[in-house]
Amino acid sequence: MSDVALELASITKAFGRLAALKSASLVARRGTVHALLGENGAGKTTLMRIAFGMLQPDSGTILVNGVVSSFATPADAMASGISMVHQHFTLVPAMTVAENIALGGRGLYDPSRTREAISALAMRTGLPIDPSARVGELAAGAQQRVEILKALSHEPRVLILDEPTAVLTPAEAQDLLHKAREIVSSGGTAILITHKLRDALEFADDITVLRRGATVWTGPAADASEEILISAMLGGEHFKAITNNVGTGAMHLQPGMKERGRAGEVVMTLREVGVRDAMGVDRLSSVTMTVRAGEIVGIAAVEGNGQHELLRLLAGRMKPTTGEIKIPETVGFIPEDRQRDALIQDFSLRDNVALHGSGARRGLLDWTAIRAATKRLMLDYDVRARDERVRARTLSGGNQQKFVVGREIDGSSAALVAENPSRGLDVQAASAVHARLVAARSAGMAVVIFSSDLDEVLSLADRIMVVYAGHVSETTGGHESIGRAMLGARSE
Amino acid sequence: MTQLLPFLIDMLVHATPLIIAGLAVAIAFRAGIWNIGADGQFIAGATAAAWVGVSAPAAIGWLALPIAIIAGAIAGGTWAAIAAWLRSRYGVLEVISTIMLNFIATYGASYLVRGPLQEPTHVFPQTSTIGIGAQMPVLVAGTRLHWGFVVAIVLAIIAWWVMKHSAAGFTIRASGMNPFAAASAGLIDVPRVTTVAFTISGAIAGIAGAIEVSGVTFALYENISPGYGYTAIAVALLAGLNPLGVIGTGILFGGLEAAASTMQRNAGIPATTASVIEAIVILAVIGAAQLRTRRTATAT
Amino acid sequence: MIDGLAGFLEGVVRTATPLALAALGETVTERSGVINIGLEGSIIAGALAAVIGAAHGGVWGGFAFGGISGAVVAAIFAFFAVILRADQIISGTAVTLLALGGTGTLYRLIYGSAGAALDTPTMSNTVVPLLSRIPLIGAPLFAQPSITYVLYALIPIVAWWMYRTHAGLALRATGENPASAIAAGVRAKRVQFMAVLFGGVLGGISGATLVLAQAGTFVEGMSAGRGFIAIAIVVLGRWNPTGAALAALIFGAASALQYYFQAAGSDLPYQLFLAFPYVLTLVALAVTRGRTSAPGALGQQELERS
Repeated sequence: MSDVALELASITKAFGRLAALKSASLVARRGTVHALLGENGAGKTTLMRIAFGMLQPDSGTILVNGVVSSFATPADAMASGISMVHQHFTLVPAMTVAENIALGGRGLYDPSRTREAISALAMRTGLPIDPSARVGELAAGAQQRVEILKALSHEPRVLILDEPTAVLTPAEAQDLLHKAREIVSSGGTAILITHKLRDALEFADDITVLRRGATVWTGPAADASEEILISAMLGGEHFKAITNNVGTGAMHLQPGMKERGRAGEVVMTLREVGVRDAMGVDRLSSVTMTVRAGEIVGIAAVEGNGQHELLRLLAGRMKPTTGEIKIPETVGFIPEDRQRDALIQDFSLRDNVALHGSGARRGLLDWTAIRAATKRLMLDYDVRARDERVRARTLSGGNQQKFVVGREIDGSSAALVAENPSRGLDVQAASAVHARLVAARSAGMAVVIFSSDLDEVLSLADRIMVVYAGHVSETTGGHESIGRAMLGARSE
Repeated sequence: MTQLLPFLIDMLVHATPLIIAGLAVAIAFRAGIWNIGADGQFIAGATAAAWVGVSAPAAIGWLALPIAIIAGAIAGGTWAAIAAWLRSRYGVLEVISTIMLNFIATYGASYLVRGPLQEPTHVFPQTSTIGIGAQMPVLVAGTRLHWGFVVAIVLAIIAWWVMKHSAAGFTIRASGMNPFAAASAGLIDVPRVTTVAFTISGAIAGIAGAIEVSGVTFALYENISPGYGYTAIAVALLAGLNPLGVIGTGILFGGLEAAASTMQRNAGIPATTASVIEAIVILAVIGAAQLRTRRTATAT
Repeated sequence: MIDGLAGFLEGVVRTATPLALAALGETVTERSGVINIGLEGSIIAGALAAVIGAAHGGVWGGFAFGGISGAVVAAIFAFFAVILRADQIISGTAVTLLALGGTGTLYRLIYGSAGAALDTPTMSNTVVPLLSRIPLIGAPLFAQPSITYVLYALIPIVAWWMYRTHAGLALRATGENPASAIAAGVRAKRVQFMAVLFGGVLGGISGATLVLAQAGTFVEGMSAGRGFIAIAIVVLGRWNPTGAALAALIFGAASALQYYFQAAGSDLPYQLFLAFPYVLTLVALAVTRGRTSAPGALGQQELERS
């Protein structure tokens, strides 16, 4: 029997014209934790989705225990002993924990026996769960446990964990990574997708680094250092210029970019604002804050603490349940899910410019002016596309985002709200977007930026507000003290 | 040659309700609304127009015609508005509600032509003939072709222009294409826009019914619509939901139906063959569209 | 009076049988996330096939051929809606048109303008001993054609299958959240295809029932919107096999009432009774807040959101 549990050899994969993977390889040895490192968009998830049969490679070979395999669906991969814990939950909220874990099986389904089996598995692995609870009613941490139990219930020989700690508190994350080590000690193999160097160095036996869809470094963790991994992830030439999303320390911006803004008059005001959702849960409670012209206010928060609602209030995309809010008539908004919320993919770029503020427009459309504005925007913001008539869908992620940023800045002179503005972008596109946001601030706009990556917030913001459990407070200090505030710890 | 002219006339007569109902469907589909209820809205419009046509006093003369058509539009719009309201207020899938409303309209019309609106002798399940004032003037003398055809063309041009050049038309298209981006990036009140578009769609289907009564049947019958609302889906789809294209596809399907009835009379080929061809056209159009998007699929 | 009531109840069950068969199949189809408006097409195809099948293979041959034809029509729908992922509503509408037109054309080609021979074998009532003696409901429930008993058996079997097998679990998960189901190893496309096919078989049998247990012959367009009614029944029955059976009885009662009142010479317009179930469905949809109990991904075109 081969000592290699899973080998991916020279995998390539393109989505349309975009090459997501070009010659990516990975060799996961039996009984090891293997970390797969890379920036956002480096192709980590794509590679693992191929290993799990969710996507099919254009070329390359998958070997399980040294045997060439091909997976048309996840069902095939699971039959070969591969399980995956996904970054975004793949549970059915309307069904119970037991039903979710039993899903994919064969033959008769016996609810009471399934519940017993799950309780036993939960006991054995130390991941407590109520098997008859409806998944939709569980908190994020509990849902993550269900995901892991689901993957373990197939008794996999290879367990793929895609950014499993992203939605967890640090304590939960530590716990989970220790669990991964335990699984491995019983003869299994774990592949840990992450962009956190520390996790890779601390918990993995081997490390593979992807950059722009290709394997650029691989070897035992003992041979690696932060320095080596960073330069592998970013490529030598970019290392000095800009580092982004590395998660090891401060992000460096180009010199002179981050001069403190000269804050002017108050542009946005929230006074004792509360938001209650349809379920009757308070997402935000008595929030009072202001944003001034010429400053960037950074929002730091762990997923699900109310920052989603706060940003939409500031952007005028949501009405508060209680309290008073004063914002300019038009606020530019760069939402996290630009594919869905900022662009109409099957509209032309010109139509997407016309989309901005179309709800308030009456009468006729001036297509000549809109076309001119589109051309100007493409030129000013370096949006690379054949012309203004192409569909938004045909643009790369970076060009789409530059287009959205340009449209929102040009369309709204006073205020701008951006949510994870560099998510999924490569280094150059991310830095171009950052430069635009800083320039908008310097031109006197009131800018609010949220990023899941605290380092991105720290590097761009003039002031930082932390959102925790629906409460907003201004916080000073560095990575450490803000990180503590994000977790609800009182400052000493 | 002597056969051709009657056929062309027949084609355009059949095309008239199909073009108008096709416009109704095209606008709804553009707005992202699966209005399967053009048939019910057509019946509602026909019923209202017939009621105006038989009850309007002769003294108002030709004014009865525009009143009948407006009444048809209001009735069709109201019929659609029920489904629109159920959708926006209660989240009821319009696919299901419009099908239900089609049945209710059919039985409602059946009740009326056998009850309160039945012709005075109470023999036939239909209304009396509508007054002369409510009848659509003939377009080509000596034929059945009436001015309703011209109305259909004008409506199509107006619909095309509004969808392309007006802010309102743009918000309808944006809401249908991606309601999330329409609300977030466009600050469009999507529920309001779709409700309005749905109602307009119903009003247009109602106009189709009113024109059918005032130009062709001159009375309300039990089965006034032989499934126009369903054929209209084929008409709209084949036109790529473009109002100008609907003129062409409406005439094409009008020709198909005219040919089918001629062939049944002369060659014994069943008229139902027309629906088979319509169905194949729809399937070919959506099948080809899907294969095309598969091929050009890009990154997600 | 009791006799009249028993006769009425017998009529309710008889009219409800083909509706419940079609609705039971559509319940399974919709639980996979696919709404098949082409069900009407399966029913009419099943009706015509039943006439042809019964001429060669007797009553059960008619049912078998009816079920197969219903499945063939459903397979056309599934090819477009499930395999090509075309819009379900449009695909279904087209398939209904295709089958309504196609059966009309075939019927005339096969039987000419004279129409079908009237010697199609039909299914007479089978009286179940003892059970049919139960006062009031005995005869209406247990002096029916055998196909009704097949339906009685199918309802608990389908319900059991849906909640007590892994295949049923996969069906429900696909209808709620296909992307998650796929990630869990469910072959969602296959699940949907089979669910549509199952609905087609029952739709075809429903059409065969109209011919073999009721009319005794084929009439163009004799499905008369039952496919759409079945979809209403599924909604009213809240996407449950048992619920569908009960809702079918309401629709059966409405049309039985119509005959009852007409026979009694009542002044009440019969259309009121015919329209009542549709109004009831709309009201039921509204008070249950629309789609709260509907499968989460019902009508969703793509399996995975892009």
